[in-house]
Formats: sequence, structure tokens, C-alpha cells
Amino acid sequence: MDSPCSKTRNPFTGAEANAVGVKVDAVCKSYAGVEVLKDITFEVQPSEIFVLMGPSGSGKSVLLRHIAGLELPTSGTIAVDGLDPSLEATRDRVRLALVFQDGALFNSLSVYDNLALYPREHRSGDEKAIRERVMHSLRILSVEDSVNKFPSELSGGMKKRVSIARALVTEPQLLLYDEPTSELDPVMSATISEIIATLKNEYSVTSLVVTHDRALALTISNRVGILMDGELVTLGTPDDLNKSKDPRIVDFLNPKIDIKHPRFKELETQAPA
Amino acid sequence: MKQLNIVLQGVGSTVQLLFRSLSYAGTLPRQWPRFIEQCYMIGYTTLPIVAILSFFIGTVLALEAGYSMSDFGAKEYIGSLVGLSMARELGPMMTAVLLAGRVGSAITAELASMKVYQEIDALTIMNIPAAKILVLPRLAAVLVMMPVLTVISNIVGWFGGSVVARYVSSLGISPEAYFAALRHFTKFKDVMNGVEKAEVFGFVVVLVCCNIGLNTKGGPREIGAAVTRAVVTSLILILVLDYFVTKVLV
Repeated sequence: MDSPCSKTRNPFTGAEANAVGVKVDAVCKSYAGVEVLKDITFEVQPSEIFVLMGPSGSGKSVLLRHIAGLELPTSGTIAVDGLDPSLEATRDRVRLALVFQDGALFNSLSVYDNLALYPREHRSGDEKAIRERVMHSLRILSVEDSVNKFPSELSGGMKKRVSIARALVTEPQLLLYDEPTSELDPVMSATISEIIATLKNEYSVTSLVVTHDRALALTISNRVGILMDGELVTLGTPDDLNKSKDPRIVDFLNPKIDIKHPRFKELETQAPA
Repeated sequence: MKQLNIVLQGVGSTVQLLFRSLSYAGTLPRQWPRFIEQCYMIGYTTLPIVAILSFFIGTVLALEAGYSMSDFGAKEYIGSLVGLSMARELGPMMTAVLLAGRVGSAITAELASMKVYQEIDALTIMNIPAAKILVLPRLAAVLVMMPVLTVISNIVGWFGGSVVARYVSSLGISPEAYFAALRHFTKFKDVMNGVEKAEVFGFVVVLVCCNIGLNTKGGPREIGAAVTRAVVTSLILILVLDYFVTKVLV
């Protein structure tokens, strides 16, 4: 899975590291007897942008948490650069970052301290170097003015951008995004898409993106997987998806609003007089 | 059977958290600001309520002791009773109870909230163990602050007793006589026994409250449930441990 010529370049120091891939093999997950992931198998190649799409509740975020090592599968295996992501030793060797859907910023810390926590704890440079790194990340996301604010003072979109900046500070080899463009305006959504693409093109960072954003999925991804009811129903390039004749895929990618749908008629008849 | 399983799981995860936290003990000098912050939270913010409560415990002890001991013509010994009771039992226990209610609940609420809102997951991803930066400084801080709080509780309680002994007309014992009796019967060893008890109580309360907070699952509603569970568990453990620690120390 490792490509010998594929190297990630640290966006702050220029140092190179091996790009990492992800292998998901026959993963199943059940909660209290309810199967939420059913025999999922796919690979993400080093330096690839892989997008996971699917209706709400289809298991995308759960799968992402498994790849991040936050949860263990009921059966099957997940490997990041050949290693089990749930182990502390793996996170020592592979720099992995996750952009949470709600940001998951530390509410008791300022934006600056949120970003500086990782380099401080891992002793990556003196305070001056850390400050430069933090400010650089904030500037990339255009949130440098919020450096002294606390998360409670930020809007949803700002929190998301700070969360992405915090992920960048960790100089990730593998970057996982959970709905990175939700709650963002179209311009900022486009900026986030550009950042994901830039991290791949300039720094060869492997990205796995869970999103509902069709534009993001079809413009910047190398491959897209669609998850429905816990099953990976299709996997291919954006072109393959656009050409797909599978009605589930067509309906999902091109939803039609039908106010004469039988469901609405049923609701009308049930409405109280 | 299910309840027993839950209790055993709780014990197991608490012990595991203890060892994981202690394994990062070497990082404590680098966590100086966090340690100081926790000392402030545990010590300084708890001090006023400890002082108020201890004062009135001292007064009630003196009043009750005076009432009973007057019958035997032994009211001059009120100081000895208040001194020993505060030093060996009530000082450490009431300080621990207040710690559970005031600090333990706040710790659980903070960590449970961090868990529910995925901040703990974010730390895990960053390879920054919660046991290292959230638990260890609190455990170190409670070990430093509990003796201080307990000794202050004792002194304030003794003073409360002396006020009652002097100003309640049926007693009318001078502070000199009160403190002479107190000094005669309350040895340094008694105070140290109380401090040792307080150390055990404080350490267990903080550890249990951290563990319950970090293992909270579900939504915001669970935060409240976790706080209740942490305080109730702490209070039960304080009383149970009180018996065993006293048995060892006597």
C-alpha cells in the first residue's frame, strides 16, 4: 500500500515524511445488536483524497471514528500505514488529525492555546516557533483575528475553521475530516475544498473526507465511496459516479424535490381539521 | 449480577486510570501551571466553606460536650473532646465531604462535558493522554492541598469550640483552660493521623470523580447523572474508607 516515492512535506518546516495509506478490511460494527457497519472494505492510497458520502445515519462518521482509532470494530481490521490506529504507539509514529463535525475545541482554552497545545505537549520547538506555527495555520484559514478569543465566542463556521487550523498545526500525514464544510457559507466551503486539495497537491497529505457536499466530493476527490445503511454501495472516481446508472446513486446525487410525493398526500390526510 | 458487573468495571477502570496517571508522574514538573491552577481550585476555592463549616462543627461539639460533661463535673475537659474529635475524625472527614461536593462535582462536570463534546477524543487523536494533563495535576494538587485544608479545619473548629466554651453562660470556661485541656490530650500524632486520613479521602475522591467524568457516555443529560453518581460514590467511599483507615491508624 505504501508508495515509495510518495512523501508528505511538512507545511511549516518543509521536512519530508512517508505519505500514509489506510486499509479497511471487512469491518463490521454493531451497537446493542444493531449493525451500523456491514462488511466495509476499501483502501485509501497514500496522498489520495478519498471522499465518503451517504445519507444521514448511514454510518460515515462511525467509520471515520474507527479509522481514527477512537472505536474498535466488532469484526474486521483497520490499518493506517499498516498499523492499528487505536494504539498509542501508532499515533506516535503516524501523525493523524481529525477535524470533528462540531469542532471539538477545548472550551477552557483560547484559540491560541487550542492550537499551541499539540506542539507544546510534544515539545516541537520553542514558544517563538510554536507561535509562528499557530499564526501561520490561523492565517491559512483566515481566522488570525480570533487568536485571543475563546471557543464560546466563535460562530459555528469559525469554530470549524479553527478546528481545521488546529489539525494543520499537528503537521498531519493523514487528515480525517468529518463534514468540514457544514455550517460554512459557499465561499468558505470553496476555501476549505481548496485547502484540502492544496494539502494533497503541495504536501501529499492523505485526506479522508466525510461530507454531504456534492461539489467538494466531485471536484477535489480522487475517489468517492457511497455508504448507505452501513454498506459501501459504490466506490469509484467522480466520473464513474456521474455516469452511474444505479438509481440509488442517481437519486442521492441528484435529489428531486417533489411536493406531490405520496408522503405529502398522506400527511395532508392525517392533518387535524 | 448486572450491578456487580458495573461496580467491578468501575473499580477496574479507576485502578487503570490511577496507574496510567502515575506513569506520567515524570511530566509533572513541566505541568507546573496546571498544578498551580488545580491547587487554587482545590485549596483556595474550598477554604471559605471548610472554615465556615469547621467553625460551626467546633461550636456544636463544644455545646454538646459541655451539656453532657457538666453532669459529671467534667466540663473543663471540653477542649480535649473538641480537640481530639476535630483532629482525628471530623476535620479530615468534613473536609473530604466538602471536597466531594465542591471540587469533585466540578471535576466530574468538566471532564464529562469534555467527553460528551468530544474534547477527550480530540486529545486522544493528538496523542495527549487525558490521564497526563487532566488527572495527574489534580491528583498531585489534592495531595498538597488536603493537609493544608485539614489543618485549617482543625484550627478553626478548635477556635469555634473555644468561643462556645467561653461565651455560653452554662459553660463559662476560659480560653486558657480550654486550650490547656486541648493541648494536654491532643497530640501531634492525632493531628497527623487526621492528615493521613484526609490524604486518602482526597486522593480517592479526585480519582473517582475523574474516572466517572472520563467514562461518561451519551449526551448533555448524562453530565448531570455523572455528577450525581460521582458525589454519591465519593461520599460512600469516604465513610467506608474512614472505618478501615481508622482501624489501621488506631
